[in-house]
Amino acid sequence: MTEAGHLSTKQRRPDWAALFIGIGLFAIAALVAFDASRLGGAASYARIGPQTVPYAIALVLAGLGLWTVIEAWRGDFPRRERQEIVPVLWIVGGLIIQMTTIRFVGFSISTGLLFAMTARGLGRVNLAFAVVVGIVLSFLVWILFARVLQLTLPAGPIEHLLLPG
Amino acid sequence: MDTFALLFQGLTVAMQPINLLYALIGVTLGTAVGVLPGIGPATTVALLLPITYKLDPAGSLIMFAGIYYGGMYGGSTTSILLNTPGESASIVTALEGNRMAKRGRGGPALATAAIGSFVAGLIATVALAFIAPYVVKFALAFGPREYFALMVLAFITVSAAFGDSALRGLTALFIGLTLGIIGIDLQTGQARLSFGVPDLLDGVEVTTLAVAMFAIGETLFVAAQGTRVPDTVEAVKGSVWMSRQDWARSWKPWLRGTLIGFPIGAMPAGGAEIGTFFSYATEKRLSKHKEEFGNGAIEGVAGPEAANNASAAGTLVPLLTLGLPTSATAAIMLAGFQQYGLQPGPLLFVNSPQLVWGLIASLLIANLMLLVLNLPLIGLWVKLLTIPKPWLYAGILLFATLGTIGANPSVFELGMLLVFGILGYGLRLFGFPIAPVVVGLILGPLAEQQLRRALAISQGNVAVLVQSPIAAVLLTLAVLALVVPIILRARGKGQVLAQVAADND
Repeated sequence: MTEAGHLSTKQRRPDWAALFIGIGLFAIAALVAFDASRLGGAASYARIGPQTVPYAIALVLAGLGLWTVIEAWRGDFPRRERQEIVPVLWIVGGLIIQMTTIRFVGFSISTGLLFAMTARGLGRVNLAFAVVVGIVLSFLVWILFARVLQLTLPAGPIEHLLLPG
Repeated sequence: MDTFALLFQGLTVAMQPINLLYALIGVTLGTAVGVLPGIGPATTVALLLPITYKLDPAGSLIMFAGIYYGGMYGGSTTSILLNTPGESASIVTALEGNRMAKRGRGGPALATAAIGSFVAGLIATVALAFIAPYVVKFALAFGPREYFALMVLAFITVSAAFGDSALRGLTALFIGLTLGIIGIDLQTGQARLSFGVPDLLDGVEVTTLAVAMFAIGETLFVAAQGTRVPDTVEAVKGSVWMSRQDWARSWKPWLRGTLIGFPIGAMPAGGAEIGTFFSYATEKRLSKHKEEFGNGAIEGVAGPEAANNASAAGTLVPLLTLGLPTSATAAIMLAGFQQYGLQPGPLLFVNSPQLVWGLIASLLIANLMLLVLNLPLIGLWVKLLTIPKPWLYAGILLFATLGTIGANPSVFELGMLLVFGILGYGLRLFGFPIAPVVVGLILGPLAEQQLRRALAISQGNVAVLVQSPIAAVLLTLAVLALVVPIILRARGKGQVLAQVAADND
């Protein structure tokens, strides 16, 4: 919608991103078929075994890949709005930090960092303030779920310090 | 025993204080997530699955059903006041409801939505109770091939029949089916698509996939749109009570919406969205106030809202009687049953009547609770809409990761959450629907099981799949559901189908 000028001329050139999806579907189909080819054993008896459905799925995926390539070539895929990449990176970064640190620093700190980075990705917020809010909120959630509802959530220095044992 | 006796027995289960509490938690959470954008009933049930693992099955399932019903109520609030549907079944409500709110009639719009949802939920739940035993009797005659045919039909209607592209629907479905074969094959014990990674032997967790696709994928997508259009919340002006004329114009659409919504939900024909569109079209045609449509006609809110709740109840018919989920939320509720070692289907009615009828009866109670939560307390929910976007989505991600961390705090599992989240963003970006991926993952292995059983009985003769009349009819319907929409789209009549896209829950 932002580039209304380009809309009038219908895209007739290949949609490279969509083309890439089609090729990706071929790759997945090949992978599924290759994996199925290693399976076997009981198949000879009933003509159906663990490899039957994967082969069928691989076949259809290849067909869908071809269909996608054709649509991509004709430019039939829906137009995409321009995407802001920086906010996405903030959130993905937050998830990676949480994933890698949770074992060492506990639920509250790692999830607090995820909270802050997500908030930063979605708008102009003060990062330091968001970190504090995130850690406090995560700690409250930790008390509720780990203590009251007996869910196993990793503990770290904050949890040990404030609620020992 | 007749249905009334069973339903009464169910009520005694549902009236136990602990189950009332679960129902209350369920409808409250459901309303909240229905109101909030970016998180819907499917995601919420998925989040709660690992947390409720240790709870009583009946209680948790009552809570899940409350979330489902609550989500349908809450979604209408967002549509009316924000013009951004909180969940996909409320898109139509936004058409007329938001106009009404802009003209200062937000109160009556909310009221007709809530009361209509109540009427529809009540009638549809009673209908569910009466129809279920018949479907169960019918389904007892089903063998593996009939179940397989039924699942194929569900696959097609969920993925290809509606939406703007059969190609993208089917692709989403087959991504789900591919993820479904990961792990140990239950019949032969061979590992499939695991590549020697021990974490993959148990397969992909439905909860991880659903939470990643819906909550994380949606958050990434919203973030990637940048700060484009600021949403404006319409304040609720005037009384929430409806005038005599509002009542007169609402009651028929409520009943018609129920009549349209329930069968559509009950058939394996996809989610609650479809009924709302039919209801809207019907009301527009029958209304004496056609000129008001597009400017805030109360019929256009009353009918679709009733249809949407009736559909939600209808969806429970195939889920409970056949074990067949026809929407993303139903698929995840199926995972909820499986978590307790329960398999919905005819046998569940025989083996656990207490649980099934308790669940159905609790829906009646949930409906009553929702009416109270949504009319006098509406102002509270509106406040939820004023949470600034950064804090809202940060909170959603906090809770989204909580369930997975509680189930398995390994780097691998959280990594899957991230990968599927990015996949969910990618699918949204290119216009692929999300629900078929989730349905494919959970229903795929069940369909394979039935197929292999059927073919083992026939010693590999594929023709046997169409030699039973029921299976043949179901497979024919599946082919029609695949081919007819493709022809319609090719002839340029695809807009209607695109509007009916089953998007989220």
